[in-house]
Amino acid sequence: METLERIIAEHPFFAGFDRGFTHLMVSCAANVRFGAGEYIFREGDPADTFYLLREGMVAVEVPAPQHQPIVVATLGVGEILGWSWILPPFQWKHQARAVSDVRAIALDGKCLRTKCEENHDLGFEVVKRFARIIEERLETTRLQLLDVYGARR
Amino acid sequence: MNVAAAIPPKDPMLPHLYRVTDVGKETPDTFTLTLKSAEGPNGSIFQPGQFSMLWVFGVGELPISISGDPAEQDRLVYTVRSVGRATHALVSRRVGESVGVRGPLGTSWPKALARDRDVIVVAGGIGLAPLRPMIYEVLRHREDYGRLVVLYGARSPRDLLYRKELTAWARHGETQVLATVDYGGLGWRGHVGVVTTLFKYARLQPDRSLAMVCGPEIMMRFVTQELQNQGLSRDHIYLSVERNMKCGVGLCGHCQYGPHFICKDGPVFSYERIRPLLERYEL
Repeated sequence: METLERIIAEHPFFAGFDRGFTHLMVSCAANVRFGAGEYIFREGDPADTFYLLREGMVAVEVPAPQHQPIVVATLGVGEILGWSWILPPFQWKHQARAVSDVRAIALDGKCLRTKCEENHDLGFEVVKRFARIIEERLETTRLQLLDVYGARR
Repeated sequence: MNVAAAIPPKDPMLPHLYRVTDVGKETPDTFTLTLKSAEGPNGSIFQPGQFSMLWVFGVGELPISISGDPAEQDRLVYTVRSVGRATHALVSRRVGESVGVRGPLGTSWPKALARDRDVIVVAGGIGLAPLRPMIYEVLRHREDYGRLVVLYGARSPRDLLYRKELTAWARHGETQVLATVDYGGLGWRGHVGVVTTLFKYARLQPDRSLAMVCGPEIMMRFVTQELQNQGLSRDHIYLSVERNMKCGVGLCGHCQYGPHFICKDGPVFSYERIRPLLERYEL
């Protein structure tokens, strides 16, 4: 049987993570599932969780009044969803919808923040990994903004 | 004097007469034209990656990549995006109307180098058109190549070319096809994000792969960087480059790109060969 600790350790986001840190995080983790079309979180909700995606696809959306939400990115197996739990005001800036059935590990942000405050080595390692993800997503968002496939009229 | 007799039979500047046999709409502004020779079954042999100069009589001449199956030697197929007067005139041709064709011209994708290797095709927007003949080539000669990985990015779901074929290609063995769009609506169930985000889901064996890339130049810059991050060496990355071509045979200089003429030395280049030029913005 797969233990949560092993699943976390084998997730790409935690590749090379200190086993002691993984052990510390397990008490903040839980297995979760979302059905296709279900919202995982909505804009403005308290951001108290982040997710290690294990199966399925998630759309990150920006809601637009009187319009359908705009899908700005999709995330899949091996990726992480959500970083608003790291910094105040701990509220989701966007919303996330399961495009297909999704399996994930949910990590309790408040629990993890407490552990990171207690153990700064753990905190630094977690923030470094999130910084890399944020940098990657900023870069891909910049490329999207370039609209490189638009007609040059 | 007999003027026709004075023109060498294989003069590369002389267009051959073709007739439009089919026009298919791919996206709201992009069409695929099928042409057959009006001068008899003289064969339309080309190599994947080559282009032709298409003459719309009374309007002008355009360099267009061949997007059809190289095994279908009785026709030439072109996918054209209508962005100006000449391309609009070309895609407005009706079945039975004539088009002048010069070519095939230019260099081709390195089929021989790709033999026994995995082939990674990375395309952006209409850049899938010049890569489609190579995809046909790999699928038709499956035993000659390793895995085929197609990574394709477009602006939105309605801008994706060859949607039915993308699905059909994915059903072949040892083939992975991933498509993404920059802007997706609620009805789109595929990936959203730039084409480089697809590398996370691609099953690559970089040490035994050869990559072929075509799309907007800025996209190719980021893709070549990502291919190197994945472990591909520069000499196993090939690009198709586009410039304003006129004569098509390296005489007029319109398409000069540093020391190269795109029409004659390209459009397909090894990344190693043109890397310094890609990083010079004034070219």
